[in-house]
Amino acid sequence: MTDTKPKAVRRLGDIVFANLAFFAGVSILATLATVAAFLFAQSVPAFTGPPIDAASEGFFSYVLPFVFGTVYASVIGLAIATPLAVGIALYISHFANRRFAQILGYAVDLLAAIPSVVYGLWGILVLAPFLSPTFNWLNANLGWIPMFAGQVSATGRTMLTVGIVLAIMVLPIMAALIREIFLQTPRLHEEAALALGATRWEMIKMAVLPFGRPGIISAAMLGLGRALGETMAVAMVLSPSAVISFAVLTSTNSNTIAANIALQFPEAGGNYTNLLIATGLVLFAITMVVNMIARWVISRRAEFSGAN
Amino acid sequence: MSKRIELKSLDVYYKAFLAVQDVSMVIEPKAITAFIGPSGCGKSTLIRTLNRMHEVIPGARVEGQLLMDGEDVYGPDVDPVRVRRQVGMVFQRPNPFPTMSIKDNVLSGYKLNNSRMSKAEAEEITEKALVGANLWNEVKDRLEKPGSGLSGGQQQRLCIARAIAVEPDVILMDEPTSALDPISTAAIEDLAVELKEQFTVVIVTHNMQQASRISDMTAFFNIAGSGLPGKLIEYDKTEKVFSNPTEQQTEDYVSGRFG
Repeated sequence: MTDTKPKAVRRLGDIVFANLAFFAGVSILATLATVAAFLFAQSVPAFTGPPIDAASEGFFSYVLPFVFGTVYASVIGLAIATPLAVGIALYISHFANRRFAQILGYAVDLLAAIPSVVYGLWGILVLAPFLSPTFNWLNANLGWIPMFAGQVSATGRTMLTVGIVLAIMVLPIMAALIREIFLQTPRLHEEAALALGATRWEMIKMAVLPFGRPGIISAAMLGLGRALGETMAVAMVLSPSAVISFAVLTSTNSNTIAANIALQFPEAGGNYTNLLIATGLVLFAITMVVNMIARWVISRRAEFSGAN
Repeated sequence: MSKRIELKSLDVYYKAFLAVQDVSMVIEPKAITAFIGPSGCGKSTLIRTLNRMHEVIPGARVEGQLLMDGEDVYGPDVDPVRVRRQVGMVFQRPNPFPTMSIKDNVLSGYKLNNSRMSKAEAEEITEKALVGANLWNEVKDRLEKPGSGLSGGQQQRLCIARAIAVEPDVILMDEPTSALDPISTAAIEDLAVELKEQFTVVIVTHNMQQASRISDMTAFFNIAGSGLPGKLIEYDKTEKVFSNPTEQQTEDYVSGRFG
C-alpha cells in the first residue's frame, strides 16, 4: 500500500525560523524553572537547619513584616503612579501639539533609564527634606486617618517617601507603554464618538480609555513588578524595623523583602543566607500571584476588548 | 425633525490646499441626496463639513456659508459639538464601540446629552432605535453582548441605530455600504429609504446604481486633475442626472465612460 497523502512542502527557512522561535520560547520557561528550583533548593536549609537568631520566632513571623512592607510600599507607589501615567500618556497622545509631544515622549523615555541608586540618593537628599513640611501638615490636619497618624519622622525618610520614589521610578515605563496603547486607538472609534457629539474628554472616555484598559492594567503590572523588586531606592531611603504599621509618616517602617535581602546579605552566613533566599521565594510567589490576578482581570472582559 | 441645508459658495481647505471649490446647493429635507463622482473629487470631504467633522483634522477649514434651516453652522458662537449632536453620521467602515455591548452602543450618543435615564427609558430608546435600524429582531436576545460580535452589515445597522437614537435632524452616510456584501447593502439601502420619512439623508456613494436606486437628488462632483480642487458639476433630480444630464462630464461619468 502506498501513501496517497501528498507530502507537505517543507522549506528550510520555515524550519529554521520555527525552531529559533521555539527555543526562544522554551529558554524563558527554562530560566524561570531554574530560578524557581534554585530558590526552592536553597530555601530548604532555612527550615531544616539549626534555629537562626534573626528568625527566633519562626520563618513566617520573620517574613511577614517584609511581605507587608513590600506590598504596602508598592501599592502606595502604584496608587500614585497609575493615574499620573494615564494623565501623561493622554496628554502626549491626545492633547499636546505634535512637536511638544515628541519632546515630552523622549523625556519620559529618558527618565526610565535613570538607575535606581540615583533615585535613592535623590529620595534621601532632595525628596525627604522637601516633603517633611508636607508630612507635618498631613499629620496635623488629616491625622485622624490612621495612615497619617503617629509621631512624624523628623528626617522625612518614611514609607510615603519610599512610595513616592517608587512611583516616580515606575512612572516613565508605565507612561511610555500606556502612551503607545492610546496612540493605537482606532481613528474610526474616535471619529465615531466625535460624530455623536462627544467633547474631547467624552471621546476619551468613550473610545480611548476603554480600548486602552487591558494595556493600562498590563502597564500597571509591569510597574508593580519593578516596584515589588526594587532594592536600592528603598534600602537607601528607609531605616527599617520589623513591624507591621499602616502609618506612613513615622520613622518606624517595615522594610521590603528585596531591600532586606540587599541589606542583610553581605553579613549573612550559614543558613541565614538560606533564610534570606526563602524570603526571595516568597517575593517570587507574590509577583506570580499578582500577575495571575491581572491576567484574570483582563481575560474577564476579553470579548469586549476590541481585539476581535 | 428634518432640516434644509443650504451651502453658499463653500470652499473647503486642508491647510493651504483647496480640496473643494465653490459649492452652492440646497439639500432638501425628507429626501435622500446622493453625492457621486470619481475618487478624490472631494465628496467625502464635503459631507464631513456638514457636521463639522472636517475640522477634526488639523489645519482643515471651511470658507463660505453653510446654513441649516437658516442657521449658520459655522457661526462664531456655534459649538461644533452641538452641531454633531443634531447631525448623525455613518462611516465607510462599521465602527461600533468594541468595548460596549449592543445596548450601550445604541445609547452611547444619547447618554452624552442625558446622563440620567431610567432603566425603562433606556430600554425604550434602545428598542425604538434598533427597530428603526431594522436590527431589533436579530439582536433583541443578545443586547448585552458585544457589538463587535455582529456581522459587518449588522454592525453598520447598529451604527445607524446609534445615530438615530439621539433623534438628529440630518443623517450623513459616507459610503455606508462600500465594505458590505450585496445582501447587507440592500438592507442598508432599504433602511435609508425608510429614514428619509423622518430625516434629511445625505449619502456619499461610489456606486451609481445605488444612487439611482435610492436617492431623490443627485450631485455630481468632478476634479480636473490631481492637485486641483473638486467642483460641483451638476445637481438635479436623480432621474434627470442619470437619464438626461445637462453637462457632458456628467453624461460621461454616469454612462461609465470614466471614473
